[in-house]
Amino acid sequence: MAINLSNSNLATRETRLGSITGYVGDLHDLASQSKCGSLKGCGRCFSQSSTCLSGCALSQLGGIRDVAVIHHGPSGCSATASSQYIVTNQVAAKRGVVNKSVYIGTDMNENDTIFGSTEALADIIVEVNRRYQPKAIFVSSSCATGIIGEDIDSVVDDVKDQIPVPVIAVHCEGFKSRIWATGFDISDHAVLSGIVKPPQRKRKTINFKNFFESARNEIMEMFKNFDLEPIFLYANATVEELEHLSESVATTCICGVLGNYLGNGLEEHYGVPYIRTVNPLGIVGFETWLREIGRVAGKQLEVENYIEEQRKIYIPQIEAVKEELKGLKAVLGMGPGYTFEVTRVLNELGIEVVWALAWHYDKKYENGDVPPAMSYLLDNDINFETSVADQQNFEVMNILNKYRPDLYLSRHPGSTVWAIKQGTPAVYVADEYMIFGYKHTLEFAHTVLDTIRNRSFEQNLAKRVKLPYTDWWYKQDVGSFLEEAIG
Amino acid sequence: MAKILDKQRYKCAMSAMQTVQAIERAIPVLHSGPGCAQKLSNSSGSSGYFSPNIYPCTSINEKDVVFGGVKKLESTIRHSLDVIDADLYVVLTGCIPEIVGDNTEEVVEGFRDAEKPVIYASTAGFKGNNYKGHEQVVDAIIDQLLERSDNRIKNLVNIWADVPYQDEFWLGNLRELENLVRELGLTPNTIFGYQRGLSNVKRIPEAEFNLLVSPWVGLNNMKNMEKKLGIPYLHYPTLPIGAFETSKFLREVGGFAGVPEEKIESLIAEKEAYYYYYIERYADLFLETRVMSKQFTVVSDAQYALGITKFLVNDLGLFPAKQFITDDTPREFRNKVCSYFKELNFGIEAEVDFETDGYKIHNEIKAHDYHGYPLILGGHWEKEVAKQTDAHFLNVSWPVNERLVMNSYYTGYDGGLKLIEDIYSVARTRFN
Repeated sequence: MAINLSNSNLATRETRLGSITGYVGDLHDLASQSKCGSLKGCGRCFSQSSTCLSGCALSQLGGIRDVAVIHHGPSGCSATASSQYIVTNQVAAKRGVVNKSVYIGTDMNENDTIFGSTEALADIIVEVNRRYQPKAIFVSSSCATGIIGEDIDSVVDDVKDQIPVPVIAVHCEGFKSRIWATGFDISDHAVLSGIVKPPQRKRKTINFKNFFESARNEIMEMFKNFDLEPIFLYANATVEELEHLSESVATTCICGVLGNYLGNGLEEHYGVPYIRTVNPLGIVGFETWLREIGRVAGKQLEVENYIEEQRKIYIPQIEAVKEELKGLKAVLGMGPGYTFEVTRVLNELGIEVVWALAWHYDKKYENGDVPPAMSYLLDNDINFETSVADQQNFEVMNILNKYRPDLYLSRHPGSTVWAIKQGTPAVYVADEYMIFGYKHTLEFAHTVLDTIRNRSFEQNLAKRVKLPYTDWWYKQDVGSFLEEAIG
Repeated sequence: MAKILDKQRYKCAMSAMQTVQAIERAIPVLHSGPGCAQKLSNSSGSSGYFSPNIYPCTSINEKDVVFGGVKKLESTIRHSLDVIDADLYVVLTGCIPEIVGDNTEEVVEGFRDAEKPVIYASTAGFKGNNYKGHEQVVDAIIDQLLERSDNRIKNLVNIWADVPYQDEFWLGNLRELENLVRELGLTPNTIFGYQRGLSNVKRIPEAEFNLLVSPWVGLNNMKNMEKKLGIPYLHYPTLPIGAFETSKFLREVGGFAGVPEEKIESLIAEKEAYYYYYIERYADLFLETRVMSKQFTVVSDAQYALGITKFLVNDLGLFPAKQFITDDTPREFRNKVCSYFKELNFGIEAEVDFETDGYKIHNEIKAHDYHGYPLILGGHWEKEVAKQTDAHFLNVSWPVNERLVMNSYYTGYDGGLKLIEDIYSVARTRFN
């Protein structure tokens, strides 16, 4: 589906990519149903709290340097302002820069839901600009403004003339998509439509979509070998950098779910190639990704030299630790970008994945293909039981209880604790670079090994706590609450 | 009217889910969008028996907005009872169902005969902040769970203090209030935290009186209980921190409960002797820390602004610069709350601003002359203004970041000592 930058709103992942949040089966079945078009998203008649797309969208935008995010809604919608502030500051401090971005709420009250609050919003936008002189202002809607039909587009249009920097409406009604990754697309849409400018000249830069750029320095070093300079997005990125994204050699990302929309948008509108391989996690992922970058940038020889040199250092060490990991069984639950990437890496390390939960599943990406991480597993005839559940913890616990794996891996706050309370060691794959390249794949393997070797914390806690789910639930099938396929 | 929340200090009414979570084995069932719980929890003590990411939630989508979410709510409650092992299910409604007009009350009524109690509270985000939401949940308990009792247990006192989780020290503070009340020979009853839970909720109607320790939050609940359950209340506005205020607290509570004066006075004498043993040992430090100027500012909800101001003035002999109250205190309470800041030793009165706009607060702090390094106690936001003004800074109120609070407390005699430890741990990082 073409990316339409003239409209401030965009279609959800459900509509654009056929994404779903409910499925139980195995990988091959999931893939074949995707291909033949019979895969339908299932609702649940019982669900547990998950995540709101506005959190994903606005935390991305809020990480950009020296901008203002104005979240128009009741005070709870912008409650993440303080954690945004702390992350922004700590991430900027690590890099040695100052990020003066602000995250402002509007504290909508009952009167506003009845009489509307567009005038107050306009004043707030102007005042925020006066206080901080941000480099861009993002103005976001919320569930409440969405339902009462408050038109933030016109408010933004009205104040634009008074403000010398881009003012961009961002549509973040939490109810509009069950797939919070739609929030990533929303932030990319705002950047593409409101900030990115047409190319003036080509640069030797490569756009690198990630979260918190923890591996920034080593990646910069690596790309020097290929005469490329990465621009990390969006944490710590400057508005000026964003303006020039269209001038880069290519766009790549650490996670396909995160980078898909921006990559496709830049390719479609400005001809910047989007690197569509598996992600650079694990050995196969890293090498496949590097080679594609080499091809696009015309640096094949340099890439091959780099791979050869690095392999000599790391492969023997990875092989050694693999010996000790052999035979372990794992369950994992992550966003689909990571679920199928990490299962590939676990497979490489000799760990058997018995069940993988994806928080959602995109049937296809913007270009119409099955996501590459999934294709790889299918091409290599790797299969395991799998389900799609938007962080439905009761389903995770049901699965863990059945399989009693050696290890649970998860990537979202508050998710690993439930496995350890059940006595299963857990690894929180929080940092997006935790399994990046040879070096971090090796570190990851050691982290897994150390986690398995000392199970004290898990066992101490599990012995003393009661789990919050009933025995009745543990006897049910994991998909018991899935309703008929919808839409 | 919508207003600028710059450096925000509170969340919306839906955060009352944390009040529910503070009651052991009580679980919030959210009729809301899918991400409200995640946004409103801030990973502080949030992986207990229940946690925000496992609260049942109707996760309203576009279809429910159009056709209503009542059916989904019914099935979510019904299955919650099957799947979750809880003693109390509290349905909380968010913005969406309240705007589209879902009749939550009617759905919850349908569970009147369920094996476990199911109640509900209206906590739409636009109806107020989490201080109000907290009161809504307590009122829901009073209105839907409790009946007037003919049986009064002698010396039984229900204790209510400020808002769980919004106050990071809520649990430690509450325990210490219990201890103080117990020392008076009374029997404390609280419903929050470890091993209190539903059995204590059920004891509420049998108490002789309610004790509210809070400048304004909870006052409406006390009035509600007085009316419905016939329980009188003692409103003690100041969180007692340190000897001066704690001794006053013991006198007032003891007096209200009819504890013999000699008993109260001998308890106070014993406690103050103990407290001043420590103060004496470190008195030289307090006098001779070169970098401690006399003036301080608290930026927090009314609870800590008042409690800390009284402590630093009446116990430590410091002098109040302007104090900022950031909880959006309802207008009807503001004059009263202001008056509490005028009851300080030596006729000292602290100037108070009710201000939710952090930008303005920071500008005022920057403009004030503290005659030396300012001492700022506040939310994490004040770290920034402290840096700009070269102040000593201690993060005592929400948002609390870059420090971990498990069972610490600032209440009582020991709590005062703890606050001194924390302040001087900051001050001592600098020589001059």
